[in-house]
Amino acid sequence: MNARLPNPVRAAFEPSNEDDGRVIVNIGPSHPATHGTVQIITELDGEKVLRADVHCGYLHRGFEKECEAHTWHNLIPYVDRLNYCSALINDFAYCGAVEQLMGIQITPRTRVLRTLLSEYSRIADHITCIAAGLMELGAMTAFLYLMTLRDYIYEHLADLTGARVTYSYGRIGGLARDLPAGWLQRLDHILSVEFETYVGRIHGLMDRNRIFIDRMRRVGTLTQAQAVSYGCTGPMLRSTGLARDLRRDAPYLAYADLDFDVPTGILGDNYDRYVVRMREMDESVHMIRQCVDLLPAGPINVDDPRCSFPDKGLVYGEIESLINHFKLVIDGPRVPAGETYLAHEGANGELGFYIVSTGEGRPWRVHCRAPSFVHMGATHLMLEGGQLADVVPTFGSVNMIGGECDR
Amino acid sequence: MNAPRATIPIAPAAGSAGGAVAKVPTFDVFTTRKDEIVGWARKFSIFPYPFVTACCGMEFMSVSSTIYDTDRFGAALPRFTPRQSDLMMVVGTITHKQAPVLRRIYEQMCEPKWVMAFGVCATSGGFYDNYAVLQGIDLIIPVDVYIPGCPPRPETVIDGIMQLQDKIARQHHVILKGEF
Amino acid sequence: MDTGWIDRLAPRLEAALAAVPGTAVQRAADMPVVELPAAHIFDAARTLRDDFGFVMLVDVTAVDWLGREPGRPRFDVVWHLRSLDAAERVRLKTRVDEAAPEVPSLVPLFGSAAFMERECHEMFGIRFAGNADLRPILLYEGFAGHPLRKDYDIHHEQPLVPYRDGVAPPRSRGTP
Repeated sequence: MNARLPNPVRAAFEPSNEDDGRVIVNIGPSHPATHGTVQIITELDGEKVLRADVHCGYLHRGFEKECEAHTWHNLIPYVDRLNYCSALINDFAYCGAVEQLMGIQITPRTRVLRTLLSEYSRIADHITCIAAGLMELGAMTAFLYLMTLRDYIYEHLADLTGARVTYSYGRIGGLARDLPAGWLQRLDHILSVEFETYVGRIHGLMDRNRIFIDRMRRVGTLTQAQAVSYGCTGPMLRSTGLARDLRRDAPYLAYADLDFDVPTGILGDNYDRYVVRMREMDESVHMIRQCVDLLPAGPINVDDPRCSFPDKGLVYGEIESLINHFKLVIDGPRVPAGETYLAHEGANGELGFYIVSTGEGRPWRVHCRAPSFVHMGATHLMLEGGQLADVVPTFGSVNMIGGECDR
Repeated sequence: MNAPRATIPIAPAAGSAGGAVAKVPTFDVFTTRKDEIVGWARKFSIFPYPFVTACCGMEFMSVSSTIYDTDRFGAALPRFTPRQSDLMMVVGTITHKQAPVLRRIYEQMCEPKWVMAFGVCATSGGFYDNYAVLQGIDLIIPVDVYIPGCPPRPETVIDGIMQLQDKIARQHHVILKGEF
Repeated sequence: MDTGWIDRLAPRLEAALAAVPGTAVQRAADMPVVELPAAHIFDAARTLRDDFGFVMLVDVTAVDWLGREPGRPRFDVVWHLRSLDAAERVRLKTRVDEAAPEVPSLVPLFGSAAFMERECHEMFGIRFAGNADLRPILLYEGFAGHPLRKDYDIHHEQPLVPYRDGVAPPRSRGTP
């Protein structure tokens, strides 16, 4: 034990001095089940967790401070790396917030494309959550099946955006580029063949698996009242039986034109969260197919010189476009002074951006309302009273994404 | 603790066209052969400790899975305890809050041990040049191979593993203390 | 996006909070914004939760206006509340100055306030009276200063682990 290394956290409780058999066990932060960035200090009586003190922040990368040092455009890669499992949703939520403050209406094609890609990203996120959760329970086969499917999705998105995991694809006023030829055919193949095959196998392996049910049913239970009080949204809230989903309650992008269900659970336990995510993936596939049918032709970027880069040919050809391009790159798009809050339904719940502008090309303040961070505040409710072995699946079912939680 | 490991000069393989290494019947023949054999064994049985923190973890999961498969290199089986692992893969951003944890886990690993900086955040802090992020893990622990990328494609990771394997193969492997 | 609810909600808020001195209700493009003195935040939040159905505290954050508006207090503290039955939101704001950056804690009303107030405290130095646990959450023990304040240099690192011998510290554009 190296005494000169400082302890970055202070626990909420100390070991008790009485001889009552209680021990303090530290889980994390470098732990496979806590996704490498969360530390749970538990007080145990035998195998039962009496108190749990959750410490996040080990991946705090100064996102909000970086926001103040970059232009509105240059922030998009930082925004990607918040919830890196579904990076496109972050892109579109942030760009949507800036567009809201600028008063920009995105084009119809972008509206539908952003919806389609948000749902595609949601599928990738749920795949990752379920795969990691199942692996932590010991189901390596399920993990490998889902990773194979996710790799197909990543390669497909790399065809579109150029990157597999963090895309920087959203732009203020539109998207970086349009769909390449053959992309939609490949999408149909992934959804019809590969998704059905691999996720079908997971259903077969898990849904009625005695061991899986024993480990997940009535474990990590969260009541509806607790979920609402602690700000839980997304699958966490829906697993308690409350059907609240921003895509249906306050539709944005093209969700008002889509037909979809909002799956809910019953008890708010781990099994319910598994079922909610599996069913949400199916609903996402259904929504993607509707988006493909609805997809109109047209430009993807709004024709607004305040935020859209002019055509490269014009930039090299005429002085006005050159100056426009120069100003957009050096100063950044000028967003009118004011503040706004926009929330999208991320894979984990309400992903909100509160942005404050002073009329310049750089933000004055950007705050990301991260669902994972808020859920970490509720995690101790699900862990206390359970067994030590239940910490792993319960934590996995919360789907804490470090980039989003710690920003 | 951080004494540089003794390495033999990178000599062309015996019999290759590159060099004229005379086969002198000294004791070096045995130590060289021992190093080659031990290096061969060690490079194909790497037990990684995946110190995963951030987005690079997604590519770590991909490279460990069926399509890219680090198991072909003998480097797939993770040991989530530093006591049983020999390669610490630092996957993702290391913040100043995480730095004591990283250092402690590195110190708990036994020799021989190697460190891989997976991704630009581990290599140099990435584009997080601010108060919260350690600007490269080599400020606090020695690093053997750096894999650039944000996140790196799985092929890049495999290239990094292969370069690490070459490095392990070339190293002088101390089995017994003192001259053998 | 239907914004008629903002026009319907704002007068009701004005009526309910009329007794609180210094309250102003505005209709922003995205939601009604209630600005009021810090001392009345707790009661206003309770009214919003119990009488208006804003059962979920979505977000607590702050904005540092250093150098922008001389004469006005330095910090904005901003709460976002959300109703689950009706798709409504409201923003609560108050201004506190640097000398006494204290606001009431909403932990007795909303469980989600606990972590969010800890983050706001460590990033800005806002004190939440009534929250007994204001330990650092994203930062670490021993971190001095409040990084999201405008006068905290972005490059000012406070390493916990000493750098290795013979390794040059990273070039810094600010003061170490």
